[in-house]
Amino acid sequence: MAHSPRIAALFALGAMLAAAQAPTGDASRGKDLYDRKYLCSACHGFSGQNGVGARLVPMKLTQAAFMGYVRHPHDTPTGMPPYTAKVMPDQELADIYAYIKSLPDSTKKAKDIPILNDILNSQK
Amino acid sequence: MAKSKKGAVGRRGFLKGAAAGAAALVAKPPEAIAQQRPQGSGGNATAATPTQAALNVDVGNGRPIPGINGIELSPGSDYMVDVLKQFDFEYVVANPGTSFAGLHESLLNYGNNTKPEFLTACHEESAVSMAHGYAKIEGKPMLVLLHADVGIQHASMAIFNAYADRVPIYMIAGNWGHAVQAHNAQDMALMIRDMIKWDDEPRSLAGFADAAQKAYTIAMMPPMGPTLLVVDEDLQEMTNKEPNLRVPKFKTIHPPAGDLESVREAAKLLVAAENPVIVTGRSARTANGMTLLVELAELLQAPVSGGDRMNFPLTHPLSGAGIPGTQPDLTLALEVNNAPVGRNGAKTINISSTILSVKNNYQDVGDRYTASDIDMAADAEATLPALIEECRKLVTANRKRVYEERGKKIAEAHRQAKLKDIELAAIGWDASPVSLNRLYGELWPFIKNEDWSMVSWDGFMGGWPRRLWACEKHYHYIGAQGAGGMGYGAGAAVGAALANKKHGRISINVQTDGDLNYAPAVLWTAAHHKAPLLTIMHNNRAYHQEVMRMQRQATAMNRGTDRIHIGTKLWNPEIDYATIAKGYGMYAEGPITDPKDLAAAYKRGIERVKNGEPALIDVVTQPRG
Repeated sequence: MAHSPRIAALFALGAMLAAAQAPTGDASRGKDLYDRKYLCSACHGFSGQNGVGARLVPMKLTQAAFMGYVRHPHDTPTGMPPYTAKVMPDQELADIYAYIKSLPDSTKKAKDIPILNDILNSQK
Repeated sequence: MAKSKKGAVGRRGFLKGAAAGAAALVAKPPEAIAQQRPQGSGGNATAATPTQAALNVDVGNGRPIPGINGIELSPGSDYMVDVLKQFDFEYVVANPGTSFAGLHESLLNYGNNTKPEFLTACHEESAVSMAHGYAKIEGKPMLVLLHADVGIQHASMAIFNAYADRVPIYMIAGNWGHAVQAHNAQDMALMIRDMIKWDDEPRSLAGFADAAQKAYTIAMMPPMGPTLLVVDEDLQEMTNKEPNLRVPKFKTIHPPAGDLESVREAAKLLVAAENPVIVTGRSARTANGMTLLVELAELLQAPVSGGDRMNFPLTHPLSGAGIPGTQPDLTLALEVNNAPVGRNGAKTINISSTILSVKNNYQDVGDRYTASDIDMAADAEATLPALIEECRKLVTANRKRVYEERGKKIAEAHRQAKLKDIELAAIGWDASPVSLNRLYGELWPFIKNEDWSMVSWDGFMGGWPRRLWACEKHYHYIGAQGAGGMGYGAGAAVGAALANKKHGRISINVQTDGDLNYAPAVLWTAAHHKAPLLTIMHNNRAYHQEVMRMQRQATAMNRGTDRIHIGTKLWNPEIDYATIAKGYGMYAEGPITDPKDLAAAYKRGIERVKNGEPALIDVVTQPRG
C-alpha cells in the first residue's frame, strides 16, 4: 500500500522512537530466531551475506534504523516483506539485530582469492 | 557378464528369425540359426560351450547387416526395430513394462542392444528427463518406451517440461490389450495430447513404419517437441505376416527458414539501426547455431543477451545487454517466448518457430502476441545464413565505421560487467554453510583445462557458472526444465552425461535437494550405466522458493512466519545424500559444510568421473546464490 511521503515519514519516526526504547538484543537468542523461527536466512543467507535479499553483513544500520526498516521496508511488495510488532516483537527483533552484528564478514577482495584472481586475470 | 535368455521365447515365431540379429536379416533357415545359439542357454543344460556366433552376439559383434529390408519369419517387433534403427538412436530408456515386452526383447536380442542401447530407468519421469537432457546435448532424441497408460501418467510431468522446452522426445507406449483393465485406455495418448506435438496408434506394421517416420520428423522439426506412438502388444508379438514390407528410407529434415522478402526487410532495418540488440531464447539448436549468431553479431557489432541455454559464447565481447544507459532502437528476437515490445518507436523483428505448432491449452508455452514490425514464422537458426548474407550486402564502409565504434563501447560494458561479477563472487567466500559462488568458483580450477559440460540449471543458484566460468560452447550449459516442473534435474543430468560420454566430456550437475527427492533412483541408473557425471548437492535443506513465498504470504496476513517451515523445510531429520548415493552404488562423500573442504572433495570426485563413473558430493549450502 502506498503512503504519502508525510505519512511515511511519520511511520518511520514512530518506528524509530519505538525502536529507541527497544531492549538490548541477545545474539545467541537471535541466532535461533534468524536461522529457524523467522527464517531470515532464506533470503539473506545464514551468513547474512549470500542470497537474493539485501546484504546484512557488515551491518551498517543502527538498531533503531534496522528496526524501523523491518517494520516498514520501502521495497515491498517485491522485496523485503514488512514485519509488524505483532508477529515479531521488539525484543526478538533486537535479538536478531544483535546476532547479525555478531556475524563475521567473510568477504575478501577478488584479487586476494587465488581462484577469483585467476579468473580476473583471464579478463585482461 | 549377464547373458540373454534366448531359449525362453518359444511362444512366438520370433525364435525362427531372431536368435542372432544378423541371422534374420540374411534369411538363413531356422535350423541353421538355431545351431548358432549357445547350447544350454535354456532348459536344463548347465555346462554348454557357446558357439562363436553366439559369443559374437554377446559381445555386440553380431549386428544385423544393414541395408537388407526384406523380413521373414519374425515378430512384428523385429520389423519395428529395423524401422527404428533408421533413426540412429544411441539409447533407448525405459522402466520395464509388459505392454512393450515384445519390442523390449527385440531391441535386446534382434537388435543386439546396440543403436539403441537399453538404459534402465527406475521411474518414467526419470526416463523422459534423461531423454530431455540427452537431446539438449546431442540435438536429437533418445527413444523412450512407456508402459501403457500408467507409464504415460508417470512420465507426464517430464513430457510437459520437454514440450515447453522445445525438446524432441521420441516415445513409444505399449498398449496391452490382454492385461489389467486399468492399464488400458480407448485413447492412450489423450491424457498428454495437449503437451505433445503428435501421436498415432498404427494398426499394421506398414502403418507403424509410416507413423514412426512421421513421429521422428515432427519431433525434430522446429519447434521441436515430444511425439508418441502407441503400439499394440499383438502387433509387436505376433509373427509378421504382412507381405512386401520394406523399411522406408529416412527423409532428411529441413527446418523452415524465413521467406526471402522478410529476410531482406529485416536486414535493411538491422543495418540501418543505431543501437540494435539481439535477444535470444532457444535460437541455437546446434553448435552451428552459435557460430552463425557470432557471425551476425560481429557483422553488426550488436550485443547479444538472453537465452536459458547456450546460444552465444558468454565470453564474447558482444555478450551482454550492451551499452549501459542506452535504449535499443531495434530488437532482433530469435526464438524468444513473448518477444519484447518496442518502446518509444523502437522496432522489433521476431523470428520464431513457435507459432508453427501451437496447442490450445498451454498458452504459457506459446508466444503471447507481440506487434512486431517483422514477424517470421520460421526457425531462427535456419534463417540466419540468409539474414547474414543480406546484411553483408548492405553494410557500407561508413556503416562499418559506426559499428566499430559501437562495438568498442559494448565490449567495454561486457568487460566491466564481468569484473563486477567476479568481485561479487568474493562476498561470503568463507561462509559456512557454503556459498553458491564458492561452490562454483572452487570447481573451476578442476575443469577449466578439461572438456566440460554443465548439465544442470543454475537458476536458484545466482547464475554463478555463467558468471564465472568460460561458457563458450553449445554444451557448456543446457539450461532449465522448460515448464519449471521439479524432478527434471537429476534425470536430465544423467541423460546429458551419457550423451557427453562418447565425446570424453566431464559432466557437472549441481543438484538441488528438492529436485533430487522426486526420483532419486536415477542415481542408480547413472551408476549402472557408468555415466561420467559429477553431482554436487546444493543442499539447502528446503524448498526455498516456497519458504520465501510463504514468508511473504504470512507477513501480508500479519500472522507471523514462525510456522512457515512446516511443509517447506527438509529438516528433522536432515537427509544424508551421500549415504543415499552410496546405497545406489555410487561413489559419494559429504555432507561438507566448511568451504575449505571443497577442493579436496572435488579432486576425488573428478578423478572418479575421469575414470568413467559417477560421483556425488553433498555440500550443505547457503539457501540461495
